[in-house]
Amino acid sequence: MTASTVPSEASSASAAPRGDGVRRSTLRRVVPYLQAGPLALTLLVFLLIPILTIVAVSFWDYDSIRIYPDFVLTNYEELLTSPVTWKTYLNTVKFAALTWVITLLIGFTVAYFLAFHVQSTTWQMVLFLVCTIPFWTSNIIRMISWIPFLGRNGLLNSGLISAGLIDQPLEFLLFSDFAVVLAFVHLYALFMVVPIFNSMMRIDRALVEAARDGGASAAQVVWNVILPLAKPGIAIGSIFVVTLVMGDFITVRLMSGGQSASIGLMIANEISLLQYPAAAANAVVLLAVVLIMVVAMLRIVDIRKEL
Amino acid sequence: MTGTGTRRGLSFYLLAAFFGLFVLFLYGPIATITILSFQGPEGGLTFPMNGVSLHWFRNLFEQQAVGDFGGSFRRSIALGLTVMVLTVLFSLLAGFAFRRRFLGSGALFYLAVASLIVPSILVSLGIGLLFNILGIEPTWYGSALGAHLTWTLPFGLLIVFAIFNRFNPAYEEAARDLGATPWQTVRHVVLPILLPSLIGVGLFGFTLSYDEFARTLMTAGSFNTLPLEIYGMTTNVTTPVLYALGTLTTLFSFTVIGLFLAGVMILRRRRLRRTGAAA
Repeated sequence: MTASTVPSEASSASAAPRGDGVRRSTLRRVVPYLQAGPLALTLLVFLLIPILTIVAVSFWDYDSIRIYPDFVLTNYEELLTSPVTWKTYLNTVKFAALTWVITLLIGFTVAYFLAFHVQSTTWQMVLFLVCTIPFWTSNIIRMISWIPFLGRNGLLNSGLISAGLIDQPLEFLLFSDFAVVLAFVHLYALFMVVPIFNSMMRIDRALVEAARDGGASAAQVVWNVILPLAKPGIAIGSIFVVTLVMGDFITVRLMSGGQSASIGLMIANEISLLQYPAAAANAVVLLAVVLIMVVAMLRIVDIRKEL
Repeated sequence: MTGTGTRRGLSFYLLAAFFGLFVLFLYGPIATITILSFQGPEGGLTFPMNGVSLHWFRNLFEQQAVGDFGGSFRRSIALGLTVMVLTVLFSLLAGFAFRRRFLGSGALFYLAVASLIVPSILVSLGIGLLFNILGIEPTWYGSALGAHLTWTLPFGLLIVFAIFNRFNPAYEEAARDLGATPWQTVRHVVLPILLPSLIGVGLFGFTLSYDEFARTLMTAGSFNTLPLEIYGMTTNVTTPVLYALGTLTTLFSFTVIGLFLAGVMILRRRRLRRTGAAA
């Protein structure tokens, strides 16, 4: 090892005596570890070890007072044999699928408009920023901001009534699955717009010109040229949206008014009841499901090129 | 030019209309609660407006029954600033490390990506359990700080990767050829070039932490941060004071973004002037 590194060192610092060169080459090899150290340590202490703790605790026993170190499978047994779990998973996947489809349609259209139809770079950046800014404000505030809009006496209902389209307020607007999905789309559409826009900006404009010269219609260009080349961005956006929705509990609790359930909410409820081993088992299953989904998406699209 | 001509056809206007609706969808609700926060004292959670006043803003600061708004706001700011500094520092350092090959770099990269994918509630639960078992009291400046970093560091790292991908190593070589030490190269050549992007990393770190709810839930200990406080309010407050809080925090976020953008612009202009003077 030393023999192979010393010559290259010597060439860059030819005047240095040999001993110094060796010392410096050891230093050079240690430096990356020192630089990556803070990141590695943080992720180790606050991510890896906590997740391993969850896995361990998922096999522990508990009663109404405390939890006991043990190795039991009852937490998983109770979880996987309960029809409530399966119904909740189905509901969560439904939220994820609906949000994914809608954000994908919006994200692709918005990104396509910004990347291919807005001509000046300045306008492109300004409009892009306009989309990004709401993302920096509080998620919970953005959720409650739908209340005056969707409520029984909200803007939408009073508007529809005064337009004569309905004669009674629509009850399903707020505190419903509709409200949950709407809030998800509102919160996470940007996670689709940004990566897809990023992918589209890398597409060589000559390819689009060539396709058009070859007689392709606008729709054909989008379908056969732009869509395949934007796939990595779509994959990254999809991973974000799906994982965020799968783990969510506040949006579901706030927007459904307690009418609907999700896995995240189930875990949060178990935590508030101090049923930590049950919550841990639930969390392990959720993590496995999310990882399977992500791996499946990565098998379809290779996103490593994008980084 | 014919290309532009065909693009400005019907599809351009349809797409522009779609984009307009999207922006309306993004901003409409926030604008609504901003207007409604100026309700008169008799006003409720919906339109019509019942007078115009600053009643609910005053209410927010006076009535401590709502909760510890001031304290949680200060804690959130302090936490956000700490997260910001650590995110910039750690992700920049790690970015330098990843430019070379080192043992475990692949594993560390996947760990960082996993940190983005793991649902927030799991991070909260895991850290809460770990501290519980070890008998350490969770605090907003300890365990919550760590929890927030698991969310901000991967973002920071990915941005730093993107920055280094665009970075031209010729500048470093030139500095080295002129006899600069590695530290001088970083201090006088690399950092000034990276500075505007690092400000972006900081903005990411601050706002992600300032708004983070799920990762704070089990890790904040006995003192609330602002998102936890707001969440508490949503379940038991049914007056426009909630909207006043929303208006204030949104205004604060926009101010922070404005400051960051202004900072980037000043840096860019200063650099332009300097290069202009050199030429």
